[in-house]
Amino acid sequence: MTTKFFGEPVRRREDARLIVGQGRYLDDIGPGAYAAAFVRSPYAHARVLDIDVSAAMDVEGLLAIYTYEDLTGPMAEPLPVLIPHPQLTAPRTGYPLVRDVAQHVGEPIVMVVATDRYVAEDAAALIEVSYEELPVVVGVDAAEAAVHTVHDDVPDNIAARHHQETGDVEAALAASAHTLSFTQYFERSASMPMEGKGVHARWDDADSSLRVYSSTQASTSVRAAIAAKLELSLEKVEVIAPDVGGGFGVKIVHPWPEELLVPMAARLLGHEVKWTEDRREHFVSSAHERQQRQEIRVGYDDDGRITALDVLVWHDNGAYTPYGIIVPINTATQLLGPYDIPVYRAVVNSVYTNTVVVTPYRGAGRPQGCFAMERTMDRIAQERGIDRALVRERNLIQPDQFPYDWGLTFQDGRPLVYDSGDYPAMMAKLKTLVDWDGFAERRAAAEARGKLLGIGMAPYVEGTGPGPYEGAHVQVLGSGKVLVSTGLTSQGQGHETVFAQLAAAELGVPLEDVEVTTGDTRRFGYAVGTFASRAAVVSGNAVALAARGVREKALRIAAEVLEADPADLEIDEGLVQVKGTPGASIPLRTVAVLSNPLRYAFDEAARQATQFAGPGDDSKPPVAVGDAPGLEHTDYYSPLRSTFASGAHAVVVEIDPATWEIAIEQYAVVHDCGTIINPMIVEGQVHGGVAQGVGGALYERMAYDRDGQLTNASFMDFLMPYASEVPDVDIDHQSTPSPLNELGIKGAGEAGVIPGSAAIASAIEDAVGRRIAAMPVSPTELYDLVRSDAERVINTSPHDSGAMA
Amino acid sequence: MLGGDPHPVKPAPFSYADPVSVEEALDVLAAEGEGAKVLAGGQSLIPLLSMRLAAPATLVDINRIPGLSGITAGPDGVRVGALVRHAELLASAEAAGVQPLLGRATANVAHPAIRNRGTTVGSIAHADPSGEMTAVLALTGGSVTVATPGGREAVGWGEFFLGPLETSVHGPAVVLDAFFPALPARSGTAFAEIARRKGDYAVCGAGVVVTLDADRRVSSARAAYLSVGLVPEVHDLTDAVIGQPVDSADWTAAGELARGLVDPDGDLHASADYRRLLVATLTARTLADAGAEALTRMEAA
Repeated sequence: MTTKFFGEPVRRREDARLIVGQGRYLDDIGPGAYAAAFVRSPYAHARVLDIDVSAAMDVEGLLAIYTYEDLTGPMAEPLPVLIPHPQLTAPRTGYPLVRDVAQHVGEPIVMVVATDRYVAEDAAALIEVSYEELPVVVGVDAAEAAVHTVHDDVPDNIAARHHQETGDVEAALAASAHTLSFTQYFERSASMPMEGKGVHARWDDADSSLRVYSSTQASTSVRAAIAAKLELSLEKVEVIAPDVGGGFGVKIVHPWPEELLVPMAARLLGHEVKWTEDRREHFVSSAHERQQRQEIRVGYDDDGRITALDVLVWHDNGAYTPYGIIVPINTATQLLGPYDIPVYRAVVNSVYTNTVVVTPYRGAGRPQGCFAMERTMDRIAQERGIDRALVRERNLIQPDQFPYDWGLTFQDGRPLVYDSGDYPAMMAKLKTLVDWDGFAERRAAAEARGKLLGIGMAPYVEGTGPGPYEGAHVQVLGSGKVLVSTGLTSQGQGHETVFAQLAAAELGVPLEDVEVTTGDTRRFGYAVGTFASRAAVVSGNAVALAARGVREKALRIAAEVLEADPADLEIDEGLVQVKGTPGASIPLRTVAVLSNPLRYAFDEAARQATQFAGPGDDSKPPVAVGDAPGLEHTDYYSPLRSTFASGAHAVVVEIDPATWEIAIEQYAVVHDCGTIINPMIVEGQVHGGVAQGVGGALYERMAYDRDGQLTNASFMDFLMPYASEVPDVDIDHQSTPSPLNELGIKGAGEAGVIPGSAAIASAIEDAVGRRIAAMPVSPTELYDLVRSDAERVINTSPHDSGAMA
Repeated sequence: MLGGDPHPVKPAPFSYADPVSVEEALDVLAAEGEGAKVLAGGQSLIPLLSMRLAAPATLVDINRIPGLSGITAGPDGVRVGALVRHAELLASAEAAGVQPLLGRATANVAHPAIRNRGTTVGSIAHADPSGEMTAVLALTGGSVTVATPGGREAVGWGEFFLGPLETSVHGPAVVLDAFFPALPARSGTAFAEIARRKGDYAVCGAGVVVTLDADRRVSSARAAYLSVGLVPEVHDLTDAVIGQPVDSADWTAAGELARGLVDPDGDLHASADYRRLLVATLTARTLADAGAEALTRMEAA
C-alpha cells in the first residue's frame, strides 16, 4: 500500500451533498407513495379488548386498516430474538401488531394506510380501541420487587441472569485489606438520530419482487428478515439504506414492526407505501438505553490497588429482548476498563419493565460500566486519601501485559483479550492535557470569583470491530472510475471518504476516481451491519483486501502488455508503470478495458475491448483459465476477535453556588484507536461522542411516570444539548496499532460517549464535596443534593479539596 | 375508552382565511365562532397544531392586514404593532432608548429563527407565563389594544392576563398592538433568565426596574418573573431597600423578600424550592445591575 491518503485528514466527500440539501433520505423517496400511520397503545400495560374501525371507514382516501387479525403465516408469529444467548432464559418479543396485550406506551396496534399521511392520521384518530388496563412495572426497583409482572409467564421479571467471573470473589474480598460497598443509579437516554426510522416499499407485480428502502443500520439483515416474514425468496427482495440521518444504535435493531408491515401492505395493495417515523413515535416506540442500578463491592490494599471486584447490576431491558443481552454483556465485560483486576465477578440481571425496549445506543452498556468502575476508583482514592489519578495509575494494566487475557467472554462470543494499548502513557498525556497537577491555582481563582471548580477523570477500554465478517467489492471501469461497495451501512460517519481513502491508497488512483456505495443489497449482499465501532475495522480491512486483489490482477494484465514482471510494476495516479522506466506505462483504465474482451463494440472503450482489437496472444484464450473478465475483486475480512481501543477523558466543571448551574470549563480527551485512517473524521467522532456523553450526564433522561407514560416525549422537554451546551474538546491522540489486522486499526465510533458521565460525576463531586451516586444530575437536583444529608466527600489530590467539603 | 395515539404529529384539517382588514378578520372570527384562531407568527400555534394539541376549525391569518406593522417610540412609551417580529423589536434602537427592557427581554426569546418569525404581540396574546414579553408588559404597566366588533379599546395587563394561556379577550377579537410605557427618569432596568439550554423557556426569569430619588437613594424596586406563576407577576420589593444609597443597597435582602413572595410550582426541570432560589438570586443580581444603570443614566442626564 502507498501511504498516500492513508492517515491524511481528507475532507469528507459526502458533506457537500448532505449540507446543501442534496441528501436522499427515506422521506425523499416515493413522493407518490401511500402513507402508513399507526394507532399505538396509550397505556403502558393493557389488554386489547376490542378494535372498532367503523368510524374510520368513512374517511375519504382510506385504503386499508390492518390489525393483528390480518397477519398471516410468519407475520403472525412473534418478532425474532436476534441474538439468542444461553443465559437469556426468558426471551420475549412482541408481534408486528399487538395480539393481546400491549406492553408499553407506543406499541403499534393498528396500521392505517391512506392516500397521504394526513388522511392516514385522520383515520387512525377515529379508530376506537378498548382496553383493560393492567398493573404497570416501571424502573429496575419495581421490576426486581416483582409485585407485578410484565409478562405473565416471567414471574420474577428476569429475562436473563448474565454471570461471569474470573475467580473466587468472596474469598478475595474476605482476604482484602479494605472493602467498600455501595449502590448507584444510571438513567435512561436514547440514540435520538436527527432522522427517525422510516420505510418505503415497492412491490413489482410482474416480477413478484420487492424493493424496500429503510433507514437502517443493517440492510442485508433487514432483507433476510423481510424475505422470511413475507415468505419471499431472498433474490426477490432488495433492501437499500439511503442516506441515513444518524443511527447511534437504534437502527441496528431489526426488523422493526414497520419494516415488515409496510412491505406487507405494499404487496397487498400493489402500490408504493411509505412510513416516516415522527418524533413522538420515535420517543415511545423505538429504543432507549442505559438505566441500571449497580451494587458494587470492592476490595483493595493500602495503596488503593484493587484485590477483588464484585458487581451486581439490575439492568432495565424494557418490555422485550429483541437484541438479546448485548448491553448487559458489554456492561459486565467493559466495566473493567484499563485496570488489572485480579478477581472479578459480574452478575447482570436483565429485567422486564413496561417501557420502550432497551437496545444498544452508542456506547452500548459501556458508559454504565465505566461509571461503575470509575466511581469505584474515586471512592478508593477518597477512602485511602490518595490522589484520584494516582489510584488509577497504580491499577493500570502495564504495556508488557498484552495480550491481556481476562478469562471472560466478550459480546461477540470470543475471549475477552485486550490486544494492545499503553495505558500509563495515555494517562500521562491526559494529566498534561488537562494540567491535572496545576489545578489548585485554577480552583483558587474560581473561588475568588465565587464559583466552585472541580476536576474529574475517567479512562475506558472499548472492544471494537467484532466479527463475524464484512466484505467489499472493488471494480475499475473502462472510464477509470473505481467502484467500491460494501454491504455495511452508513449513517453519516464518513464511510464514503474513509473507504475511498483505503481503496485509493491500495490501488494508486486519485481519490476523486473512487465512488463508494454502502448498505445496498443490490451491490453487495453479504454483510452484518454498522454497530460496535466496526465499520473501519471490518469493512475497512475488507476494502483494502479487495482493492489489493484488483491491484494484483491489474499488474498481471499490465505485465503482459508491458512485457514486464508484475513485481517490477507500480501504480501511481492511475498509471501502471515499470518502476524506473519512464514511458513504459499503461493507464489503469486501459487495463480495465483489456480485462474484459468483448465481441460487440458499442462505444470507444468497448471498441478497444472487442476481442479483435485485443493485444492478445492467439495461442491463448482471451480470458485465461481460472480467471474472470473484468478488473474487479471481492474479498472479505473476518477478525479473529474484537480489537480494544482505549482513551481517557478529563473534565473541569464550574458550578455557580447561587444557581447550581453546571458549566463545563474544559473537556480533554486522549484517544487511542490504533492506526488512524483519517484524523479529522476520528476527531469528529470523538466530538459527537462527547456531545452525547455530556447530554447523558447533564441533560437527558426518559422521564417515565409510575403509570409508564413518558412525560417528556418531545425535544421541548427531553433536553438533548444544543451546540451551545457542548464544550470545546481538547484532543490528544495516541496510537497503539492493533496486531489483529493488517491495517492496525481499532474502532472509533462510540469511544467519545463512554466516560462522559463518569468523568463529569467525578468533577461535580470534586466541586461540591457531596457524593454523586446517580446520573444524570441537573441544577435542581444538585441544589437538593447539597441541602440533603448526602455523604460529604473529600478528594485528596495535589490541590485543595472541594470548596464545600 | 378511546384508543389511538393522542399526539400524532400532523395537523387536523382546518380551513384558512387571510383577511386584508381588521374588520374582515373580525367578520371571519365572528362567523367561525370558538373554532377560529388568529395566526400571526405561528411559533406557538403551529407546533400545537402539528401535535394535534390544538385543532381549530379555522385559522385567521392576519399577516396580510396593512397597518399592523411597525414600532412607534415616543416620549410616553413604545407601541408595537401586531405583526412586529421579535427580531425587529430587538434591533430597534428607538424602542430600547425609550424602554430598555424591550431589547433586553427580546434577546432572551428563544433562538434567532423563532425571533425572526414570532411576533411580540402574538406571544403576549398567547399569555404564556413563561414568556418574556408578558412579563415585560406587566412590569412596565403596559396595555394592549383589542379590536372587537364593538370597537377598539385599551386593556391593561392586569386585566388582560387571566391564567396560563388565558386572557380576558373572548369572542371575535384581534390584538392590534401592545404599548409599553417609557422608563421613568432616574431609573434603570435589567433582565436575566436561567434556562436548561440556551434559548429554552426559562426555568426562571426576572425583569426589574429600579428608580432612585434625587439623592441617589432607592425609591422604588420592582420585579416581574417568568415561569413562577400562572400569570405574569409583578412584585414591589421597595421595602427591602427603600432609602438605601444605590451603590450599597442590600439587594440580597430584596432577593430574599422576593423569595418569600413567589409561590412557584415544580416540574420536570425545576422544583418549586429551586425556583424560589433562582428568584432570590436573579432578583439580587438584576437589581444590582438595574441600580447601577439608574445611577449611570442619572449622571448622564
